[in-house]
Amino acid sequence: MTTALSLREVRKDFGPAKIIQGVSLEIAQGERHAIIGPNGAGKSTLFNLISGLYRPTAGDIRLRGQSIAGIRPYRINRMGLSRSFQVSNIFSNMSVRENVRCGVLWSMGQGYSFWRNIGNLKLVQEKTAHILDSVGLIDKADSPAALLPYADQRTLEIAITIAGGADVILLDEPTAGMSHSETDRAIALIQKATAGKTLLIVEHDMGVVFGLSDRISVLVYGEIIATGAPEEIRGDPRVKEAYLGDEAELPEAVA
Amino acid sequence: MSDQTQNPGLIDLAPTSAQKFTTRLLPLILFAAVLLIIPLLGPSRTAYSLLNAIGINIVFALSYNMLLGQTGLLSFGHAVYFGLGAYAAMHGMNAIEAASFDGGTWALMPVFALPVLGFAGGALAGAVIGWPSCRNAGVPFAMISLGIAELIAAAGFMFVSIFGGEEGISADRMNGIEAFGLSLGPISEVYWFIVFWTLIGVVGMYAFTRTPLGKMGQAVRDNPERVQFVGYDPQRVRYLVFIASGGFAGLAGGMSAVNYEIITPESLSLLPSGFVLLMAYIGGIRYFAGPLLGAIVLTWMQSNLSDFSEAWLLYLGLMFIAIVMYAPGGLFGMVLGFARGIIQPDAAPRLTRWGALSAAAMVTFAGVILLTEVAVSRTSGHVFAPGGLPLPPSSPLSWALGLALLIGGGWAIRHLSQRFAS
Amino acid sequence: METIAFALLNGLIYGLLLFMLSSGLTLIFSMMGVLNFAHASFYMLGAYFAFTLGNFTGFWVALFLAPILVGLAGAAVERWGLRPVHANGHVAELLFTFGLAYVIEEIVKITWGKVAVPYQVPSALDFPLFELFGSQYPAYRIFMLLISILMLVGLWYLLKRTRIGLIIQAALTHPHMVSHLGHNVPRIFMLVFAAGCALAGLAGVIGGNYLVTEPSMAFAIGPIVFVVVVVGGMGSLEGAFIASLLIGFLQTFAISIDANFADFFGWLGLQATSEVGRITIASLAPMLPFLLLVLMLMLRPRGLMGEREF
Ligand SMILES: Nc1ncnc2c1ncn2[C@@H]1O[C@H](COP(=O)(O)OP(=O)(O)O)[C@@H](O)[C@H]1O
Ligand SMILES: [Mg+2]
Repeated sequence: MTTALSLREVRKDFGPAKIIQGVSLEIAQGERHAIIGPNGAGKSTLFNLISGLYRPTAGDIRLRGQSIAGIRPYRINRMGLSRSFQVSNIFSNMSVRENVRCGVLWSMGQGYSFWRNIGNLKLVQEKTAHILDSVGLIDKADSPAALLPYADQRTLEIAITIAGGADVILLDEPTAGMSHSETDRAIALIQKATAGKTLLIVEHDMGVVFGLSDRISVLVYGEIIATGAPEEIRGDPRVKEAYLGDEAELPEAVA
Repeated sequence: MSDQTQNPGLIDLAPTSAQKFTTRLLPLILFAAVLLIIPLLGPSRTAYSLLNAIGINIVFALSYNMLLGQTGLLSFGHAVYFGLGAYAAMHGMNAIEAASFDGGTWALMPVFALPVLGFAGGALAGAVIGWPSCRNAGVPFAMISLGIAELIAAAGFMFVSIFGGEEGISADRMNGIEAFGLSLGPISEVYWFIVFWTLIGVVGMYAFTRTPLGKMGQAVRDNPERVQFVGYDPQRVRYLVFIASGGFAGLAGGMSAVNYEIITPESLSLLPSGFVLLMAYIGGIRYFAGPLLGAIVLTWMQSNLSDFSEAWLLYLGLMFIAIVMYAPGGLFGMVLGFARGIIQPDAAPRLTRWGALSAAAMVTFAGVILLTEVAVSRTSGHVFAPGGLPLPPSSPLSWALGLALLIGGGWAIRHLSQRFAS
Repeated sequence: METIAFALLNGLIYGLLLFMLSSGLTLIFSMMGVLNFAHASFYMLGAYFAFTLGNFTGFWVALFLAPILVGLAGAAVERWGLRPVHANGHVAELLFTFGLAYVIEEIVKITWGKVAVPYQVPSALDFPLFELFGSQYPAYRIFMLLISILMLVGLWYLLKRTRIGLIIQAALTHPHMVSHLGHNVPRIFMLVFAAGCALAGLAGVIGGNYLVTEPSMAFAIGPIVFVVVVVGGMGSLEGAFIASLLIGFLQTFAISIDANFADFFGWLGLQATSEVGRITIASLAPMLPFLLLVLMLMLRPRGLMGEREF
């Protein structure tokens, strides 16, 4: 088993506020790993650290053994790690197709080229169309991203994230604010799009979490209080106490 | 790719070649056709010189919009690249002249090709100045561009051997090899030179918007943060676009060098930088063709209204403010909106609405013009007499009429827009 | 010694005048995010209003009335110009003020003519106050100094000792917080914009007759005011104060240095007859603020005392 992503004693302070307080985590190649925890626990901050938006105050982050702590986000992305955002972060004045194409370009070796007509790049067009089709946005390809309904914007967020073909994918609350049926569709899409890849996902819907993940980590006040398979987490008294409170019931195993 | 077999026909969802033809190639062909037909109408010398100025400004304004409209960079110093390109071409022109007497490699360079030198000069200046400027968009970029423009303009007046001091430097374009059999002596021959390079500039900059770099520029404009997470460095994207934009500004500068045969350090300063901003914005920065339209309209205004009225800069400023406030799509956005409005089914009521509003706006603007011209006539001595009706500044009636139009028109706009909104 | 004393005094006066101009802009920029391109145009309006009013009322009444009029003009611009544009973002606001600067200059040209108007130092202050190293020092400059110090004290009192001052201070560093506290943000914006313009107007009233009152005066000083705000740093009046004095001293000292590049870099073999060697330090004075601006934005984008980046 090779390790895709490993965090060692990662810390992040914002001034006096210690938001991430020594997180260590090993995620295997091909693993689906969920991070759960109350609001403000530092889940998004952890994603920002891994993806390079923030520089860790201390500790080390490794992608396939190579240290990525403090490296600029675009370099980390080129190394095969891609992330989505909790609040949709798309190119709002461009069309849906152009949005996805932005995600595709680098991985197709286009770089900063200014001597090629993007319309003639057959492989880029095909890959873009393929991704649009697989996420179900193909018939909205030409509408401006800003005019998409909310659930479609969330889908587009995922589409941009997976477009570059990264094999480590970080999704930050991909189903936040979606209805039940929309959530089901989004999860099916995530299952399909990340098949065979390493997935790190922050998710509030416990049904989704327990159904999707191989392992779960519980983050509370910037510390991981438990990591393990879904059954272990379900049985862990500390988790019940710290995170789920007394009234919450962990769902039975979801098929 | 295997995807293609799985999803046959997906690629067809991209614009068809017929669509591409009507939206991309056709406007260009029409534009070129107009440029080719104009000389058949036998334009006067003044018309030619206006047309040449328009061609130069079209390239300049489009190059400005590579920054503002396409990449979201607001520059107050774009004339620096225009001016440095012009200086490069001007020195080239003098070298060609010298070489025509005593030989040398410059003798191989036709004056016709000097805009290439302008492009190189502008791009080089962009490459030197660009990197630290492009770290951020927004206010820091705008301020750096302003500071650099002030510095370069001041340096322009300081280094006389390069920039020629107050008088600038001049050259003679009728030297060296003749390209396409054009001596470039008469202005009608310069016209063909301008047409050639205008088309090169327009096609080049349009093509740029369709390249991966151009598209990533638009992405950086929309959301620089997200760009980092699809593998691109926003600073590098801005920088590369900046160089290209400097190059095309320099191309326009090179055209101007050949057309006017003189360039002064004034052309590096904030004033022409402000003018190109006005051309691009008034034309419409959201559309590729917007600045093109803006360049035509503003160059025309500059050469015609400035003879007609001392206050034309005031009208220009008011027009700019009106567009910033009420029509961010610029003139091109208005034209486009109007064209779309006609095609759509319920055209009649919409047209009445627009007609009423434009009439009210016209009345307001007439009031502004009347007041302004009466005010101007206090010092100029020429009594303003629209349609033969003299309006002397000494008569309170002149002012009352202006105010009445202004207030009446303003009220009508308010009233109409409220009624149409409900 | 003599040169240094004069340069110090003149630099101080120029710096304080710059601060009067830029304090309003810093307030507006930090709170509203609007880098008001037309700020120096209000300075110009101050000078012209004082000139015209002064013809009827004399200088002293104009000294009070003109800034108030300029403040009212500022309030009107904020209410009917900037506020509707606000929804279109900061670039649109910046462009609006850019257009406004053009328009104000043209209106001034049409109303008062294209050449300088004879706006003069009041005769009551038109005498040499004291003698310094054998040269006489005009009383009016000391008057400018006094007015600037009065304004400084007034501004300090307003910001530190009054309720509205506390709100403004909070808004300087945390503009989003103020609305959460239930204050009428648009009204505060209008007030600050008007007050900032009035301060610029005051600078015009006392500076216009000391320098020249002409239509190009706004575009001449406007970019320098930007330099002060950027170098001082976002949200920091203290920074603007330091930057104003810095630029004031820098420029007056540079002008008073009688040397050229060859004197400084002669050891590098630079000849006094060469083009670069002939450049005098004094001729660099107008460029210095912009050099400072560019260097500051490249090396320390938050400015001297900025709380945050732009
Ligand atoms: N850039 C920042 N500066 C200061 N505090 C921050 C910053 N980013 C996040 N925080 C703080 O870190 C804490 C964790 O935030 P976040 O990671 O978004 O939580 P979660 O995603 O788990 O809900 C919050 O209290 C938030 O206020
Ligand atoms: Mg979060």
